[in-house]
Amino acid sequence: MFDRLIKTVCGIGHRTIDRIIRLGFAARFFLYSLSCSGESIRRFPLVIREIYFTGVLSLIIILVSALFVGMVLGLQGYNTLQRYGSSEAVGVLVALSLVRELGPVVTALLFAGRAGTAITAEIGLMKATEQLSAMEMMAVNPIARVVAPRFWAGVISMPFLAAMFSITGVFGGFLVAVPLIGIDDGAFWSQMQANVDFHEDIVNGVIKSLVFGVACTIIALFEGYDAPPTAEGVSRATTRTVVNSSLAVLGLDFVMTSFMLHGGN
Amino acid sequence: MSDNIVEIDNLSFSYNNRLLHQDINMRFPRGKVVAIMGGSGSGKTTLLRLIGGQLKPKTGAVKIHGKIVHEQDEAGIYALRRKMGMLFQFGALFTDLSVYDNVAFPMREHTNLPEAIIRDLVLMKLHAVGLRGARDLMPSELSGGMSRRVALARAVALDPSIIMYDEPFAGLDPISMGVILNLIRSLNDALGATSIVVTHDVHETFAMVDYVYFVSQGRVVAEGSPDDLRKSELPFVHQFVHGEADGPVPFHYNAPDYRKDMLRGPNV
Amino acid sequence: MERSTIDLWVGIFVVGGIAALMALAMKVGNLTSTNIGSTYTVSAYFENIGGLKPRAPVKSAGVVVGRVSDIAFDDEKKEALVTMNVDTKYHFDRDTNASILTSGLLGEQYIGLEAGGDTEMLKNGDKIKLTQGAVVLEKLISQFLYSKASEGNDKKEDTK
Repeated sequence: MFDRLIKTVCGIGHRTIDRIIRLGFAARFFLYSLSCSGESIRRFPLVIREIYFTGVLSLIIILVSALFVGMVLGLQGYNTLQRYGSSEAVGVLVALSLVRELGPVVTALLFAGRAGTAITAEIGLMKATEQLSAMEMMAVNPIARVVAPRFWAGVISMPFLAAMFSITGVFGGFLVAVPLIGIDDGAFWSQMQANVDFHEDIVNGVIKSLVFGVACTIIALFEGYDAPPTAEGVSRATTRTVVNSSLAVLGLDFVMTSFMLHGGN
Repeated sequence: MSDNIVEIDNLSFSYNNRLLHQDINMRFPRGKVVAIMGGSGSGKTTLLRLIGGQLKPKTGAVKIHGKIVHEQDEAGIYALRRKMGMLFQFGALFTDLSVYDNVAFPMREHTNLPEAIIRDLVLMKLHAVGLRGARDLMPSELSGGMSRRVALARAVALDPSIIMYDEPFAGLDPISMGVILNLIRSLNDALGATSIVVTHDVHETFAMVDYVYFVSQGRVVAEGSPDDLRKSELPFVHQFVHGEADGPVPFHYNAPDYRKDMLRGPNV
Repeated sequence: MERSTIDLWVGIFVVGGIAALMALAMKVGNLTSTNIGSTYTVSAYFENIGGLKPRAPVKSAGVVVGRVSDIAFDDEKKEALVTMNVDTKYHFDRDTNASILTSGLLGEQYIGLEAGGDTEMLKNGDKIKLTQGAVVLEKLISQFLYSKASEGNDKKEDTK
């Protein structure tokens, strides 16, 4: 009994230490990737290629989800707001919730599921099939050649994806509110424009999506790079990418939102 | 400077506190094909990584062209690696690049040659391995032997002075194996390079190499030319060359006494 | 995939992203209306600011001319000190009256500026002397009842 207790405590301790070691390794990996970014800038076509795989190929899921999210927001918002006789404010509600929160956050979550897993699986398989070792033996630094371009592609793609998500969502909300429900076109837009602030809302949303881009991409890259070189290892790493990215996005969102709201007041 | 391109001096290496190599001494002279043989898990591949500078020895040193590998900084190691070509066990071709782009990869990374010259060089290398016609295929469309040949073309793309082969025959049919065997010998002689072949295929290797090191339990247990070793009376070499199940290399992995182990029950 | 095809798609992607950002800024946000252009700062003391918040609009004749930048409590005067940024395009004289108003019955609160008759104009850092605080509904009702009850007595003004 006592034995088992000690074993459990030891196990928890070991796991905690392992986590901390991994976190330290991840931080080192992040800094090293940043320091190896020179080649990505000198050979920008490498980054462009990766933007295609992370950004462009994520577009469809991002845009379709955005349209539906916007339409749902429009319906729900109208349903609640019309009780208070302010159904014109549905535009504000849709726009603010998208620009401030849903745009960056949902984009990041979808990005983690679509592009993040692809990155993890790709890097993990490259490692498992010794492609990264082969690169090293060819005197090519795999961090500079493989990791850094993907990192910058993710960081560049995310704000664009989030912006497209928000604007598509607003359009979805518009579709529901104006043609479907019959709210006045002018009131919808003017209320929105009067209440959405460029700095406070839009710029902050872009900052959020940039941070999410950094977090999601580096997590995906790290999990792939750190994956045990087996089929099971890669599949676990892919799962961890989604879990860790989602947690990181939601946690960071809370921290940033509290800073941004505090700064505004 | 001697004519040994690669020298391994008194090298010990441990991984996760487990001693993998002890006191290894090896010489790889210019123009020769040298095999490192040993059972699975005897750390042969690790030796190649030590030569390539991907791992650091605990004590001792690997010298390439007289330079101690682990004392080089990153740029120094990269400079040494440009003189090396390595064929990985399963080729390790870049799956997102075509055969042509795989072979062109080292040239594009390390030279500023115009695309026309790169094309000529790539086709020359592919021609040497007989796969000039496969240039537009993707690695997923190649058979095991073909992808090994493409990887070989890529390994010699920059005309290295050291070519390393990690289990080049694993999982190949006899025809592909013969092709690779011939290629190792002919490429080595054509380039005037030094080849290091890590393998456990005795008969194929003995027919082709100049010198053999036998590695077991982290030590060099025998060395010599293939003819010497075939006649060798050393128990390990005899077991290995003739493929006997039990001998100096035990059939059982280290385990407590069988009888005691069975009687102890599940409460560990 | 051909290199040029990838470039084309990435180009479309980037153009789409920038267009979306522009659309957000122009169509959804209010970048075009008030936030560009330089501003000057004026402040005013209010007895009560009600639900006024930083970044609330400052309007004159219904047009947004600036934004509230900061709200603080002055411990000496026991009044709220509201600082606002007013667009340099607009000039207000020193007699300007600032009052806290509500858009609609339950809408957000904003500061309304009403021009006076002075010839001198407000400069950066000036204080607006004539102010009127927010109307607090409970006070209004109790005052109404009180004044009804003591009709004929001195009429107290419900504001300063």
